Order: sequence, then C-alpha cells, then structure tokens
Amino acid sequence: MKFLKFILAILIIFTFNISKADEIKIQNKITKNLRCLICQGQSVYDSDSEFAISLKLVVKNKIDEGFTEDQIYKFLTKKYGEWILYDPQFNKNTYFLWFLPLLIFLFGGAIISKKLINIKK
Amino acid sequence: MRNRIFYFLLITFFIFAFVIFYRGLDNSNLYTPKTDVKNIPEFSSETFFKKKPINSKDIFNKDRFYLFNIWASWCVPCRDEHPLLINLGKGKKIEIIGLNYKDDFNNAEKFINELGNPYSTILLDRNGTKAIEWGAFGVPETFLIYKNRIIKRYIGPLNPKLIKEIESYIK
Repeated sequence: MKFLKFILAILIIFTFNISKADEIKIQNKITKNLRCLICQGQSVYDSDSEFAISLKLVVKNKIDEGFTEDQIYKFLTKKYGEWILYDPQFNKNTYFLWFLPLLIFLFGGAIISKKLINIKK
Repeated sequence: MRNRIFYFLLITFFIFAFVIFYRGLDNSNLYTPKTDVKNIPEFSSETFFKKKPINSKDIFNKDRFYLFNIWASWCVPCRDEHPLLINLGKGKKIEIIGLNYKDDFNNAEKFINELGNPYSTILLDRNGTKAIEWGAFGVPETFLIYKNRIIKRYIGPLNPKLIKEIESYIK
C-alpha cells in the first residue's frame, strides 16, 4: 500500500511538472514573438525593461486564465497595434507580404520554363 | 534599343529607391503604438493611501472631464510635469486621477509630500499590469477622458503647450 502511495505521489509530481513545463514553454514562445516597445529591436523575452517584465507577467496571467496563444496576441494587438508582433498576422494589410515570395517564385519558374522550352526548340 | 530600356529601368529604379530612402530620413524611428483602446479599460486596483480596493467603474462615473496620469517617483520627466498638473487641478474643471506605476510606496509618498498632490485619487499599479490594460508602455503617460471615452492620449511628459490644448478641450 505504501509503495502504491509512493508511486502515486511521484506520478502526480511528474504530471504537474509536465503541465508546468508546457506552460513555461508556451509563455516563452509567446514572449519571443513580442517586440519590446521600450528597447525596440529586442523581444520581450530577451528584454529586462520594466515594460517587458510587466508584459511577461501579463502573458503568464493570461495563460493561467486559460487564454490561447491567438487570444493573447489579439488582446495585445488591440492594446499596442500589430507592430508588437514579430510574426505578422495574415490579414488584408499583409496579403502582399505573404504572397510576394510565392509570386517571385512563380515568376522565376515561368522565366526558367520559358527558357527551357526555347532551348528544346 | 534594348540597352536603352535597360538604362531607363535602372535609372528609374535608383530614383525610386532614392526617394523612398530620402523620405525615410525624416521618419522617427521610435514607434508609437496604434492602439485600439478607445474606451477606458475595466480594471480593479487599490487606492494609494488607504489601500482600499477600487474598481475603475467607481472612478470615472461623473459627467465631467478626467485626466488619467501614469507616474512614478523614479521617473524624472514626471517631476517636470508635476507643477503643470497641480496648476491644472486648481481650475477644478477637471479631475486628475493618478496611477502610481511600479513604485516604492515611501518614495512615492515623499514625492507627493514634496511636490504637492494634484490627484483626487491615486491608484496603485505595483507590477505594471494595469498600465498594460491602458495600452501604456512607459511613464509618464496621460489620458484625457470624457464619458468613459479616451479623447486624447499623451505619451511622455506634458508641457505648457499640451496643457493649453487640454484646457481648450475642457472649456
């Protein structure tokens, strides 16, 4: 019986650790994608400015409240604008940005295929 | 012919790049966020002196202008704008609410005792999370509020010119 309890205790501690670790992982992932507005050019994760410290806390609180990653981004873009995100979101202002590489790729492909057809002829 | 088109395109490209970069020289490289916070955010906090819990709904509930000022005793520009706030508060046309941002209580109390207290209420923000609700990212920052809406937002210290602007709003 004692042995069982011991195993149970270890299991509980272990699962708790995993969930906590996941939480920290997601928190780090989010804060790495946030731009620090005081020390521009640094992410909130890297920065130790007062603003970044508070923002890390806000992200942690939001995760504890059950917010998803996207919900946290939405909350922060509402407060600080899209610029706070390093990874621009997909919307009507960024269509061009996202599709540009694809367009260039297709354009290059078209040139190459045209040249190849010309050589074959 | 082909060569000419090439040169034409090259020169156009360089002119285009030059204009873009030249115009960019004037732009400030400091970004001020485009915030969507138009209505005052709801938050709860503590009052500065009595440590009484208070909700934002109980503060901005009168039909008058409010000035919400984020300050800290360690912030040097706050010291500069403080006399302006005191003068503005004397007019009684506007109620000034303070948010003490990440401050040590003793230092903040000293600051108020030394320079005067223009605030009708001072709220506490010990960890800076309340300022984030407002979309603020530094001190000092000031919001002009009427009927729960943010009319104007001032990032950085107020100066006599901005005070005149505020006075023209509340006339």
